[in-house]
This record gives sequence, structure tokens and C-alpha cells, in this order.
Amino acid sequence: MKYVSEYRDANLVKGVLDEIRRTVTQPWVVMEICGGQTHSIVRYGIDQLLPSEIELVHGPGCPVCVTPLELIDKAIAIASRPEVIFTSYGDMLRVPGSERDLFSVRASGGDVRVVYSPLDAVKIAQQNPDREVVFFAIGFETTAPPNAMSVSQAQALGLDNFSVLVSHVRVPPAIHAILGSSHNRVQGFLAAGHVCAVMGYWEYPPIAEMYNVPIVVTGFEPLDIVRGVLHVVRLLESGEVAAENAYARAVTFEGNKPAQALIERVFETCDRKWRGIGLIPQSGWKLRPEFVAFDAEGRFDVADIQAEESPLCIAGLILQGLKKPHDCEAFGKQCTPEHPLGATMVSAEGACAAYYRYGRL
Amino acid sequence: MSEEKDQVTIHGLVCPRPLVHNDIVVLGHGSGGKMTQDLITRTFYPPLENPALLRGDDAAVVDLPQSGRLAISTDAHIVAPLFYPGGDIGRLSVAGTVNDLAVMGAKPLWLTASFILEEGLPIFILEKVLESMKATAHEAGVVIIAGDTKVAERGKADGIFITTSGVGVIPEGRDVGGAKAEPGDAVLLSGPVGEHGIAVLAARGELEFEADVTSDVAPLNGLIEAMFKVCPSIHVLRDPTRGGVATTLNEIAQQSEVSIQIDEIAIPVTLPVMAACEMLGFDPFYVANEGKVVAIVPAEYAEAVLESMRAHPLGEQAVRIGDVSDEPAGRVLMKTAIGGTRVVDVLAGEMLPRIC
Repeated sequence: MKYVSEYRDANLVKGVLDEIRRTVTQPWVVMEICGGQTHSIVRYGIDQLLPSEIELVHGPGCPVCVTPLELIDKAIAIASRPEVIFTSYGDMLRVPGSERDLFSVRASGGDVRVVYSPLDAVKIAQQNPDREVVFFAIGFETTAPPNAMSVSQAQALGLDNFSVLVSHVRVPPAIHAILGSSHNRVQGFLAAGHVCAVMGYWEYPPIAEMYNVPIVVTGFEPLDIVRGVLHVVRLLESGEVAAENAYARAVTFEGNKPAQALIERVFETCDRKWRGIGLIPQSGWKLRPEFVAFDAEGRFDVADIQAEESPLCIAGLILQGLKKPHDCEAFGKQCTPEHPLGATMVSAEGACAAYYRYGRL
Repeated sequence: MSEEKDQVTIHGLVCPRPLVHNDIVVLGHGSGGKMTQDLITRTFYPPLENPALLRGDDAAVVDLPQSGRLAISTDAHIVAPLFYPGGDIGRLSVAGTVNDLAVMGAKPLWLTASFILEEGLPIFILEKVLESMKATAHEAGVVIIAGDTKVAERGKADGIFITTSGVGVIPEGRDVGGAKAEPGDAVLLSGPVGEHGIAVLAARGELEFEADVTSDVAPLNGLIEAMFKVCPSIHVLRDPTRGGVATTLNEIAQQSEVSIQIDEIAIPVTLPVMAACEMLGFDPFYVANEGKVVAIVPAEYAEAVLESMRAHPLGEQAVRIGDVSDEPAGRVLMKTAIGGTRVVDVLAGEMLPRIC
């Protein structure tokens, strides 16, 4: 497949791996932020091919994983209402809330539908004027533009039966939280290419400076990832601190301006709880006051729902790169993809699910 | 009542004759009475006609084959939409059971079919499905010798559900089963993966994507017979339906207590299937097939079996995808496209589109 298969070419990947081997002289800890990158790394066995000096740790960049438990419980409460058509990205359906998941809501008669785009949910709202259509608007900067677009479209269409349950999160505050922690081990970052395709990477040079840690914008195919690692290793070995772009075919410094303007128009930053990590200041987006009519939390009166995590699950430590999935006592025993205790086992992008699925027992 | 219409005089209230309902299925079609009879004789008999069925007794009666063992299988079929590029529920319900028999080394002979029809189903849809069953049964060389129909209230079924059961005979000398894979065997696959699953998903229309993909649904007994001709000692045959090739190989590895090692770049995937999977976040290795067979054969027969497969229209793109070894038992390992190794696990639940 053009523009994909080239980036999975074994010889090209091997060439970059050789270059990394020639460059590295000492151990380095590098975090890939994005769950999509974790998935690729484990799927292709990239971590086994890297020289042993380089340890990859898996960051908190899986939107499904970090969506707080109480948001899932709120989604379940809303989806259980008879007048509601609850729409969601596919892999949120399996995420366990405190007691059940959206699949079991569907099995008990709730109208829960998988959509590929929030704009499909807007269409469903147009087609079902006598029903309440709710979209579960989760994700990082990547899904923020389409989610913002759905609210903007619903407003333009004058739809009063469409709302969104928002749990948006942003990458830069998470990097601050990881690097600012006294337990931090991360010496270099692979930044998430898709997030930067929207936001650019102008936010990263100050972060790199502040913590003295190089950051390299990296894509998702095997060749992209090893190139990102090569960039970061070169910077680390030379002692240089910079934010570099190793994914120039998709990312510019400024990013996608119209998309950013759309996000800005619909959302404003807010404090946000991350599942397993806790509250990170200014790390989320919520609807601006002028769009409050589209806020499902207000419309269905679920703002008071609270929830507690399973005490066995160490997803928080894994998402911060402090532990590996197999450090968890429950991994592969009480906690499997069939019976996930925590969100990192639920999503295909979650570090625990990736380790389990691809056999890192 | 008088036959002489002109002289009829009505002396009070007369019940109107019920409508015949030749165009849609109504609850009366499942009553067991005249309407059921009419549906069977008008709609079911013409396409499926054969002596055992037409006898109309409570059970079909057939002669036992001279030798060999019987293989018996049953399979329920639910698919939405009923028709999709390359197939329909009728073809699926025949091919599905034929294939379950064929992968046990059996020559499929007879099928029975049980229909649950949803009230309101247009009769012409039922007729189309039956025509397709007829054509597929003909293609597979099997006869549908018994059947049953029930009607479910509107909303309590989805159009048509079909359960088919099949009987086949395993000739002397064949010994096939999931537990028979041995270290040193070769793993063969009859063609590109994931076509059925993607074709049905695209036809469903909910995900608003179109794909130029045709389902591979087909009866495989002809292909499998050709393989047995060159290698009577095939160890394992299996059709990788739901859960895809990945799940099938895991089942075999566990049943046989062996390790199966496959090569990612050897596995054929067509461009449209790969593109659809990339977009949806699926792994084609886990997507359903309905016209493919995985074969595990003694290595010395691998080339001959491959040749026999490639000479058959349903196996033109057959390839060797890997080998069987003893360790780690129960696991499927894949050499990835860039030279890494990973474990291929079974699919946990429903395959879900990923968020990004």
C-alpha cells in the first residue's frame, strides 16, 4: 500500500537500527507518549530490535485508558435511559465502569451505537428528532477538532436533541506532570505525531528547555518510530536539548490552524482527572459557556456521580512509566483483556493489553 | 356454500375469506396449518426439490453409505444484511455446514435446514435466499433433505435466521483433527484473509465506508478433496471463520499442544482489505473468512498439496505461511514484517474499531 508499506520496509528499518546501534554509548530511558505508538512497538517487536541500552517506557497517551472511571459511570447512566441513543468510538464500549460496561447496557436494551465520527452522531440526531442523541467525546488533541465540529454543526442546524459527554485531555500538561514528578526516569520523549499534526509542536521547545529533555515528534509506522528513536538518541548522546520533528510528512511547527481555531471556539481548558494518575491542572478541555446547552452532564443531571478505582490495578504507575505491565501482580491473572481491572488492559492501545496480546508474559 | 355463484343469496353475516398473503410472511405461515403447507409447497419445494424432501414425512430417510464413518455438524446463521457482495445468508448457511464437514475429511452428503422467519419478511426475499441455497448446494454436491419453518413476531427476529445441519461420510484412511498437528509439519493457507468480514461490515453501511471487497463465502469440499488426492495423511484442516486465521491457529496450537510459527509477510491480504483494516484499526488476521482453509500437513507433502490447491479455483493463491514446532506449546508466534517476533493471541471479544 503506497505511503504505508514503505514505512514497514524491513531493510529500511534495519538501516536505521544499525545507525542507532552506532550512535548509542550508554543507557537511555525514552518514553513514547502515544498509545498508538506503544501498539506499533509491541506489534512489530521494535523494542526487541533496539539495542539493549535503550529502554522504551509507555506513556499515558491512550485516550481510552485515561478516561476517568466516573466518566464511564456517567456514560453508562446516560446510555441506560430509554430516550437516549448513546454513540461512541468503538473501543469505549468495553471499558469497565464501576459495575458494568456499555456492552452490557446495550445487552439490557440500551441503544448504544458505534460511530466512526461524531458527525455521524449529529446525523443520527437529525434522523431521530424524538430521541436524545449523546456522543461520548473523549480523546486527545487528535479527536478534539471533529468533536468540536459536531457541536458547532449541531448548533448551526439548531438541533436541541444532541449533546456531548466531554472528557478531553491534552498532551503537554501530561508531559509536565511526568517530567515534574520527583520519581521521573524519562530522559527523552517521542511526541505523538497525530496530536502534533493538529497542534503543531510550538508548545514543546519550552518544555524541553525547562526540564532539559529532548522531545522528538514521531509517527506510527515501524520506520517512523525507529527514526524518532534515532533522533532522540542523537540529541541525548550529544547533550543537546531541542524539540525536533521526525514526522515532517504530517506535522508542521504551527500545526493545523483552522482545526486549532475550531477547538478554541468550542472548548476551553480546565482541570481534568486522568484515570490512574489523578488530577492534572489545566490538562483538559470542556465546552465553553456558550455551548453549555450541548453538555450531556448538565442535560442528564449526572454531574454528582463519583467512583473509586480497583485497588489491585497499577495502571497509574504504568501510565507514568514507573512500572511495566508485568510488574503488576494482577497482570494476566485477575486482569486479562476478557476481564480487565483497569483501563490499560481494555484498549488495544493500552500498554497492558499490548503486552498481553503480543505475549510479553 | 353453493358453487353456482349466480344463485348465491346472502341471508346474514358471512365471514370473509382470509387473505392468502402471498407477498409477505405473516404469523399464520408458522401456524402449522394450511398457510404453512402453502408456503412449503409454493416457496420451499420448487428450489429444493428432491425425493427425500418431497415425501413430506416427519423425517427424511436415507440409505447408509457402504463404508467409512459419519461426520455430523450443525450451525446457526445470523447475518445482517441478508445480502452482501459475494454472498447472502442462504449461501452462507449451506457453505458453512458443508465446510465444517469437509474440514473433518468428510464428503458432505445431506443437509437439513431450519428457518426462523420474521413476520413481515417479503416472500421474494425468502425465494432469493432459497435460490441461493439451491445453487450453493448444487455447487457442493449436497442435497437438502429435510427442513422446518417457524415464524417469529415482528421485531423478535432479524429477517431470516437459518440453522443447517449436515451429514457427511469420512472415507477409510483419513484421520483429521485439531489435535493432530505435529512438530515439523507445514502450515498452509488457501488464499487472502479477511474478505468475508470486511465485505459484510461494509455492506452493513453503519460505519459509512465503502470497500471494493467481495465475500469469499464458498463450499470448500471440492478444494479439500483435491488436497486429499495428493496427501491422504493431512493432519489438520480448519476453516478460519469468526476470529480469523489468528484464532484458528491458536485453537490448533492448544489442541495439539504444539507451537505454530508463522511469517507475517507470507500471509496474503488484498489491498482493499488491508486498506479497510488500516482505516478501521482492525488486524486482517482476526477478520472472518468463509471460503478459506488452513491445512497442516507433513512437511514432505507441503509442495504437492500447495500445487493441488493452486490448481483449484478456490485455492489459486494458496501459500505456506509457517511451520509447527514443539515449543512454546499452545502458542502462535509471528515473525513480524520488520523481523521482530510477537505472540499472536486469540481475539478477546467483539472486534472494535479503535479511536485513533
